[in-house]
Amino acid sequence: MLLIYCPYCEQDLPELEFAYAGEAHIARPADPAALSDEEWRDFLFIRSNPKGVHFERWRHLNGCARFFNAARETVGDKFLATYKAGEPRPDADALLASPTGDAK
Amino acid sequence: MTHFSFAQVVKGALTGQKNWTPQWPDREPKAAYDVVIVGAGGHGLGAAYYLAKEHGITNVAVIDKGWLGGGNTGRNTTIIRSNYLYDESARLYDHALDLWENLSQDLNYNVMFSKRGVLMLAHNVHDVQSFQRHVHSNRLNGVDNQWLSAKEAKLFCPPLDINPNARYPVMGAALQRRAGTARHDAVAWGYARGAAARGVDIIQNCPVTAIRRGPDGRVTGVETAKGFIAAKKVAVSAAGHTSVVMETAGVRLPLESYPLQALVSEPIKPIFPCVVMSNSVHAYISQSDKGELVIGSGTDQYVSYSQRGGLPLIEHTLAAICEIFPIFRRMRMLRKWGGIVDVTPDRSAILGKTPVPGLYVNCGWGTGGFKATPGAAHVLAHTVAKDEPHPINAPFTLERFTTGRLIDEAAAAAVAH
Repeated sequence: MLLIYCPYCEQDLPELEFAYAGEAHIARPADPAALSDEEWRDFLFIRSNPKGVHFERWRHLNGCARFFNAARETVGDKFLATYKAGEPRPDADALLASPTGDAK
Repeated sequence: MTHFSFAQVVKGALTGQKNWTPQWPDREPKAAYDVVIVGAGGHGLGAAYYLAKEHGITNVAVIDKGWLGGGNTGRNTTIIRSNYLYDESARLYDHALDLWENLSQDLNYNVMFSKRGVLMLAHNVHDVQSFQRHVHSNRLNGVDNQWLSAKEAKLFCPPLDINPNARYPVMGAALQRRAGTARHDAVAWGYARGAAARGVDIIQNCPVTAIRRGPDGRVTGVETAKGFIAAKKVAVSAAGHTSVVMETAGVRLPLESYPLQALVSEPIKPIFPCVVMSNSVHAYISQSDKGELVIGSGTDQYVSYSQRGGLPLIEHTLAAICEIFPIFRRMRMLRKWGGIVDVTPDRSAILGKTPVPGLYVNCGWGTGGFKATPGAAHVLAHTVAKDEPHPINAPFTLERFTTGRLIDEAAAAAVAH
């Protein structure tokens, strides 16, 4: 079972308290009417699906119920960082290079 | 290659079993091929087999990063059925089922296809309405499927608990009698043997690191751990890793990869006559010919390539199995494993051409690709050989995510495939 650090509750808590909410940092189009079919496809369906560092949204559903973001390495499922919604995306290479690798 | 027959068995018995030859050679790659297939699972090996057998294209290599049939082909719960809701899906999966019926004879290799029937349990009013809609839709498409009452389901599968006070009451079930199981490894082995006998090279332990394109955009070959291999056409059939491989050719796919788990119990005497699926509680169960109960679980909620999966999922699945089949409450489980499945937004496969000339893709089978193996392989071979899709896979294009013409089995079936 994954242990996930909620940046609002400031605790490591079991996966069962959380709901995954898909890839993070996908911005809604500012002017939806101006989008081409290809741009709609990219917004709605195309995901990075990396074998490596994945930036993703989680919701502490059975806790504070708030959304936050996480960087997780998808081969070993290790969380490299979690951070509050609205905070900037950390640098993936820096996270991987961090000696502790478990920056909160 | 030795043709398997009763005469060969007798000959073996009389000659101290010295008459058997290796079923396929483990090849080193040549410099160039007409077609390179990435991924030596059932789909990839099957496509090579049909390319050689039906289209006369034998200068083909099937390349895998691991061993043959070691990915999802060897990790699934071997359920075969075709009772899908939409016309496009029904045609594709029923085409596969037609090929399954004669596959052992076609390959001269026993894939142990067993038409033991697949029972899909309805636990609530929504399930009943949804499954009955499936039954009607299937009958219009000529696909075998019928509705059973709870008592009829109990007669078909005696270990089932149909007590109306159960945690998951059985309100009825949809039964596809023509559905069943097959020996998953044998499917990969049979296709490998048939393809190799026709001149296809099977190259194992050779990861494909990139797909190369020429200045005109056309595919020129693949980079591998054993060097560059030139190819006029490349077909990618790499399940959970398809999006990683395809990105090297500049093609981004609407796929996300999730771990899907399965587990088996200790072997017991024959007790379970069919396959039972319970979509609303994520429990899929059958008994293998070795006697183990084979149990499938759901996917983890997060993207991962770990081939492991989380324990909460199988705990949930086993809790449901114990409620639906109280007789199994004291069974012990022997082992569990995970495979990485590639899931599309509409839960239907992508099978056909790509924007890159000479590059073809067969992916997005999600949690249910095994049942489609012969059908998918057959139409993929057609698509590669003719450079145009077979009428059966024509709707399963990549373009449907741009046009919006989805084949929305996700909404139709809610979960399992």
